[in-house]
Amino acid sequence: MNAPAADNPVFGSIPPVIALRNLTRTYQMGDAEVRALGGVSLVIERGEFVAIMGASGSGKSTMMNIIGCLDVPSSGRYWLDGVDVRGLDETRLARVRNRKIGFVFQSFNLIPRTTALANVELPMLYAGVGSKERRARAVAALDMVGLSERSGHFPNEMSGGQQQRVAVARALVTNPALILADEPTGNLDTRSSEEVMNIFEALNRAGRTVVLITHEPDIAARTKRTVRLRDGLIIADEPTSDTRHPADAGAIR
Amino acid sequence: MTVVLDLTTAIRGLAANKLRSSLTVLGILIGVGAVIILVAVGNGSSLAVQNRIKALGTNTITIANRGRFGRGPATSGTQTQAATITAADIATMSDPNQAPDILSVSPVLGASVTASYQSASSTVSVTATSPTYLPAEDYTVEAGRSLNSADISNSAQVALIGQTVLTNLYPAGANPIGTEIYMTEGKNEAQFQVIGVLASKGSATGTTDPNNIAIIPYTTAEGLLTGYTNDFQRIIVEAKSAGTVNAAEQEASDILASANQTTVANLPFFVLNEQSLLSTSASTTSTFTVLLGAVAAISLLVGGIGIMNIMLVTVTERTREIGIRKAIGAPRRAILGQFLTEAVLLSLFGGLAGVAVGLIGSRFKIVGVKPVATPTSVVEAFVVAVAVGIFFGFYPANRAASLRPVDALRYE
Ligand SMILES: Nc1ncnc2c1ncn2[C@@H]1O[C@H](COP(=O)(O)OP(=O)(O)OP(=O)(O)O)[C@@H](O)[C@H]1O
Ligand SMILES: [Mg+2]
Repeated sequence: MNAPAADNPVFGSIPPVIALRNLTRTYQMGDAEVRALGGVSLVIERGEFVAIMGASGSGKSTMMNIIGCLDVPSSGRYWLDGVDVRGLDETRLARVRNRKIGFVFQSFNLIPRTTALANVELPMLYAGVGSKERRARAVAALDMVGLSERSGHFPNEMSGGQQQRVAVARALVTNPALILADEPTGNLDTRSSEEVMNIFEALNRAGRTVVLITHEPDIAARTKRTVRLRDGLIIADEPTSDTRHPADAGAIR
Repeated sequence: MTVVLDLTTAIRGLAANKLRSSLTVLGILIGVGAVIILVAVGNGSSLAVQNRIKALGTNTITIANRGRFGRGPATSGTQTQAATITAADIATMSDPNQAPDILSVSPVLGASVTASYQSASSTVSVTATSPTYLPAEDYTVEAGRSLNSADISNSAQVALIGQTVLTNLYPAGANPIGTEIYMTEGKNEAQFQVIGVLASKGSATGTTDPNNIAIIPYTTAEGLLTGYTNDFQRIIVEAKSAGTVNAAEQEASDILASANQTTVANLPFFVLNEQSLLSTSASTTSTFTVLLGAVAAISLLVGGIGIMNIMLVTVTERTREIGIRKAIGAPRRAILGQFLTEAVLLSLFGGLAGVAVGLIGSRFKIVGVKPVATPTSVVEAFVVAVAVGIFFGFYPANRAASLRPVDALRYE
């Protein structure tokens, strides 16, 4: 499934986790075509901690969904760990989502009527991990996000911050190289946001690649690299600095 | 392990909407229950008809001389004479060399007489015949003795009486054996000694009572029954086995045809072969059963559509959940399996409950028929129910499994 070397845009022996080239995504809305991504090229190396910012509707989620293999681009190429995802069938894409990617959503997206522990176990279940190991790893993951005593709770019995931490535990339990988070703190108060960001920081320190979307400069400030989108195009891509970027004005409005 | 996952997930999914799941189960329950009960009713009535026909005696052929009943004799070429069945014909038919498949031949003369004992009297159908008539017609002697060949040769004034005659003529508990009864037909009257009582026998048609009967030797009938000649109006031929009934019929017909110097086709006799009667009735009742089953199967189909409907609603409702599962790496077959398991569980519960209801319902008499549930109909109804679950569950489950994660997640 590896792309031919000549076709691979990456130099060096270790491929980047994410390599996008001229990625576009258009939506057909009746007669009109909405261009959510207008040709994005981006390389994210192993171990990076990246914030994606941009105004509402600028295409952040669209790009993140493609990176997370939840959606497919209209054109352009995407190499995940050096593998061109265009060549992957449905079963392989499911396996990639299961093993390589941990996804965290703004709206938590826990399975209802299912305990925190069972939610965290779920990805391992799909991976075919044995029940004993599954249980042990899920307990460890919940412990890492500080929720070991909540493992028997159902999603509707937990606060938003707790739910999001369960979701983070679920994303990291399979040891994915890549953790993607679409506005993970968007629905959380400052304290909960702080807790979630602490976990992401710890994960990144442990060598995981973390990419998150945020509207909040405070959150972005804790990452190492900021990518800015506007109207489906990358307008800035630079190491995160303490100074606020002029483009933030657009994001905050 | 995937199976365990699917089961617990599916049960949790169904439990989330208990009322809805129960109603869907009810649809299948009614379908399966109806199939079992209605097929059982069909079977029961078919068995009842067959038992009634069996009560006639299974290996027997009745040959009746139609010519006597005003239809006129058959004419074939020069033959214009009425055909007859004589004692000589009966002797030929009873000869195992000439008719190897015939066990016995019993001449039958019947008449309705008034029988009286002391002050009691009632109308009785009297059958004048030979001893072989009783086994041929499945009559058994409950008390006393049967007719024997001495009764025939001596023209003995003896009679066997049925249960109805016993209760009509005798006070309860009285022993009729050895008593004398009078039988009157028109101006003829004769006295008979009761030598035996017949066991109760089922009715073939339901209109005539087979127990309101007196059996006397045919040689005795001359003094009693009007129109007695050496020309039997009816004979009963008993075949050696159920398998040789048709051969016995052929032999008897051939003997009678040659005795009357005509062909089998031209014999003015009415031949009633009970075996063919049995198979005709069996085929009509099985048509009836199939019809009932088909009606019930339609309700099972409706139950299946109920499953499909509920599963489509469930899939729509849980689109987001499907999206989440796919986002964390659920392969297509896991989603397919999950929803298919739910559908099959619904039909499985419905099928099991339907079998229970069907078996319980089959224990009651329905419109006068005692239903007889057959294991085949129970197993078939159950298997079809589960198959219906798979069939109607597949489309919604496949629809769920085919959703793109991003579309499923965005679904509100
Ligand atoms: N399913 C869809 N059908 C049609 N248009 C869509 C669809 N999804 C997104 N879009 C359009 O694509 C563009 C980019 O949307 P996207 O969700 O990527 O924005 P975003 O940057 O994540 O915004 P926000 O910060 O509000 O989440 C928008 O104009 C949106 O209207
Ligand atoms: Mg978004």
